[in-house]
Amino acid sequence: MSSEGAVSEGGATEYIVHHLTPLSVGEGFWALHLDTLFFSAFLGGLFIWFFKSQADKATAGVPNLTQNIAEMLVEFIDGQVKDTFHGKSELIAPMGLTIFCWVFLWNFMDLIPVDLLPSLAKVMGMEYLRVVPSTDLNGTFALSISVFFLIIFYSIKVKGVLGFAKELTCTPFGPWLMPFNFLLKVVEEIAKPISLGLRLFGNLYAGELIFILIALLPAFIQPVLSFPWAVFHILIITLQAFIFMVLTIVYMSMAHEDH
Amino acid sequence: MSINATLIGQMITFTLLVWFTMKYVWPPIMQALEERKAKIAEGLAAAEKGQEDIKLAEKKAKKVLKEAKDEAAEIVSMAQKRANEVVEESKDNAKQEGERLLHAAQAQIEQEMSQARENLREEVTSIAMRAAEQILKSEIDKAKHQAILAKATEELG
Repeated sequence: MSSEGAVSEGGATEYIVHHLTPLSVGEGFWALHLDTLFFSAFLGGLFIWFFKSQADKATAGVPNLTQNIAEMLVEFIDGQVKDTFHGKSELIAPMGLTIFCWVFLWNFMDLIPVDLLPSLAKVMGMEYLRVVPSTDLNGTFALSISVFFLIIFYSIKVKGVLGFAKELTCTPFGPWLMPFNFLLKVVEEIAKPISLGLRLFGNLYAGELIFILIALLPAFIQPVLSFPWAVFHILIITLQAFIFMVLTIVYMSMAHEDH
Repeated sequence: MSINATLIGQMITFTLLVWFTMKYVWPPIMQALEERKAKIAEGLAAAEKGQEDIKLAEKKAKKVLKEAKDEAAEIVSMAQKRANEVVEESKDNAKQEGERLLHAAQAQIEQEMSQARENLREEVTSIAMRAAEQILKSEIDKAKHQAILAKATEELG
């Protein structure tokens, strides 16, 4: 196992740090995490490819297996959106589908053995590789901040600039406590993207860390621990993708509601 | 654990994915689902209508069957009546024919009887005549007693 090699070279700490260091180019703010960008784009492509091919084949006739899978997901998301969101929107349901599938695929990378892809990358000459995009804050915050922008956009679009300003300043305690209301509201709004991004990041980062720690153990113990953890993780990755999607829908419908 | 330009790249990717899904993935699949829903509803309605049609057809078939049975019964009764008639008719015919034959036979018998009587009479007459002749050959003058003989002959007939 390569884990033992890593341990003998520089100890457990170095092995863990090595696994959590992204493959990046550039310095400071303009640094790019190539692994995150590549894997998320690749998985996004996979998602698009699958659904586009099913959309092209979609007919009202008897569906085959892959069509069933695609339609099941679409109906599932559509049902979630219809349960929560009572307006009419071209954007929310497709965005929910994108988020659910994309995040699920990101998280799914977590189930690939921790040393497999980094070892391959090492052979190809890449020193670092972090394969799970959702263990990169940039990945999760990119989603949650996009959602945040959409919340602001739709709040203003539906309620108007004045309406939104009124909601920010005059609720929940009425116009006499305007600064306090504003403070509360700003915190409430800011908390949305931060909690959304950090929840996904935290869950997957912790999960990945545990996989790495298990990989540090002697080889004969590893399957005993990594198998149950992986099984448990099948639940986690789906649940986190689902939570991200549902909360996005909830936030979007809140943005559409006029009080 | 630094926030950097990757964030912007990821946001661009996300936007592209959402845009693509919104434009090319969601509508056709939703449309297919709606179409299938409509098709299934149509199929169910058609099935229901078919069931009703079957009920109607069954009712109609029962009616037709009943009519046919009635007609058949009528035809049978008519045929029986006609058969009776035919039997009666042939009975009558047979009776008539029998009677006719009987009459013919009787007439023939009568005719034969009268013929036989005639023959007999003649023969008896001639025998009597011959006998009388022989008896009276010598004694009776034929010419003298002609009238008496004629009278006797008349009486025998």
